[in-house]
Amino acid sequence: MKLHIEVKKKLGDFSLQVHADISGERVGIFGQSGSGKSTLVHLVSGMLQPDSGEIFLDGDCLFSSRKGINLSPEKRRIALVFQHAMLFPHLSVKTNLFYGYKRCRAENKRVRPEALIDLLKLQPLLERRVKHLSGGEKQRVALGRAVLANPRLLIMDEPLAALDDALRFQIIPYLVSAGEEFKVPYLFISHSLIEMQLMTETVLVVDKGRVVEETTPEQLARQRMAQSQNGYLNFLRLTAPLLQNGLFAYPWGKNTLFISDGKKNTESLFELSSREIILFKRHPEAISARNLLDCTVTEMFNADGRVGIVLATHGEKLIAEIVRSAAEELNITTGSTLFAAIKASSFRRLG
Amino acid sequence: MMLPPEDITAIGLSLKVALTATALALPFGFAVAWLIVFKPLKGKVFLEVLINLPLTLPPVVIGYFLLLLLGKNGWLGKLLTASGIEVIFTWKAAVIASAVVGFPLLVRSIRLGMESIDQQLIEASRSLGASWFDSLVTIVLPLSLRGILAGSSLMFARSLGEFGATIIVAGNIPGITQTIPLAIYDYASSPSSSTMALSLCIVSVVISVAVLFLHEILARQLDRSSGL
Repeated sequence: MKLHIEVKKKLGDFSLQVHADISGERVGIFGQSGSGKSTLVHLVSGMLQPDSGEIFLDGDCLFSSRKGINLSPEKRRIALVFQHAMLFPHLSVKTNLFYGYKRCRAENKRVRPEALIDLLKLQPLLERRVKHLSGGEKQRVALGRAVLANPRLLIMDEPLAALDDALRFQIIPYLVSAGEEFKVPYLFISHSLIEMQLMTETVLVVDKGRVVEETTPEQLARQRMAQSQNGYLNFLRLTAPLLQNGLFAYPWGKNTLFISDGKKNTESLFELSSREIILFKRHPEAISARNLLDCTVTEMFNADGRVGIVLATHGEKLIAEIVRSAAEELNITTGSTLFAAIKASSFRRLG
Repeated sequence: MMLPPEDITAIGLSLKVALTATALALPFGFAVAWLIVFKPLKGKVFLEVLINLPLTLPPVVIGYFLLLLLGKNGWLGKLLTASGIEVIFTWKAAVIASAVVGFPLLVRSIRLGMESIDQQLIEASRSLGASWFDSLVTIVLPLSLRGILAGSSLMFARSLGEFGATIIVAGNIPGITQTIPLAIYDYASSPSSSTMALSLCIVSVVISVAVLFLHEILARQLDRSSGL
């Protein structure tokens, strides 16, 4: 997907001026509320008309003030998924799901409804009334409805913001797999760094109506390590644990990780804060932490007085965070070998 | 309770006028409510004042204006006469009077219904490939049904009671333009006919109660079928 945006829009006191060339299949728009993310969504989807400028999607002109082109929303084939599912309350789940599919021209129909219903596990919901669905179910139907419209681009505007943490991480795999499976590129709008890390490969940072940076979610997370409440978050997708002495022993590369809050017979996503990793220069003889990994420093980076240490351990990667004075005292440089201690309770299971 | 044939005619005419006025005003009421709620119009406040004016003006004043407009020398009246259509002092004039007087009530109710529709539902439908008209028919219309129903009931009831504007533009001709309120007015002016007046009053109450019940029943059915 290639999106060229060069637009100006004034709304009361707020003025948005964006000039960006976006390419990629999983693009994030990151910014605080009021930064102009939603205005940008409205301009691209055609719900709002820019004061001037042009918007091109994959070479096709959606809007150009110079040429006098303003394609109506239904002709842009850009489907939206909102914070609240916005299912049509007077229609059944099934009619909701097929609303866009029915209106899609035959030559554009690529997504097979059965495959999508299968992937998003929608079959048991089809005959239900919209008001009888839970928040997560509604969002799955909304996602399915958008993908079934066979859009050229899917825009998800804070689709997880209304869900609690547990549900959020249940929905994320659906969002990722629907995009990947059916080859629908998406713009993912959010103010959550975690969501950027899990959902996107490129990120545009928006602030005060301007695109201030184009980066990767990894770089963004590293930059914000010091300000962020939990530092840099390492994500580990682990599976097939064994129960040992009341702990879950997960294979992770050639390591074994001992985790308090695991779950049997299912893949789980764990979050580990960079601040929960304690580094030792030499092997500590006795230690209460259940995980001690021998690592090599592959990279170091600075973030507002903190030092991020990228550790390689038997083919896997972790980022630890220490203060500058600790890095100097331990004389850590790229190539140093270290021991990383992590408590079994430091891993937070997300879903 | 036996009613004389002219009273039966008056009841029939009242129902016919109220039904026609409501049916005639409904598409316009829907369109105006849609304009006010969804379209960024310049001078919207003037439109609103104009629409709500019949609510505050004495009906007799509206009747008089209509008479000026539709009378033989009125600009619309001339046009109608030239096309061979007689309006003044016919039941059609009663319909127009009722439609004008009840219109603000209709628009208000539909508008309330439309204002409760989340704008994002419409954006969702447009982004899923629905044109504005498709979205209007498949999303806005069904989600405004409650408002439409409430507005229609109100307007129907208001039309049944319309007196001031009607007597000016349609007159009070028994069998032709005499509706229930006009007939009651006639009976009330002669002391010997108080029983007749009371009979028609009872009929009015029965019709009004029936309209309100019908509204409630339909609203409940709507709630059940729409899943709202």
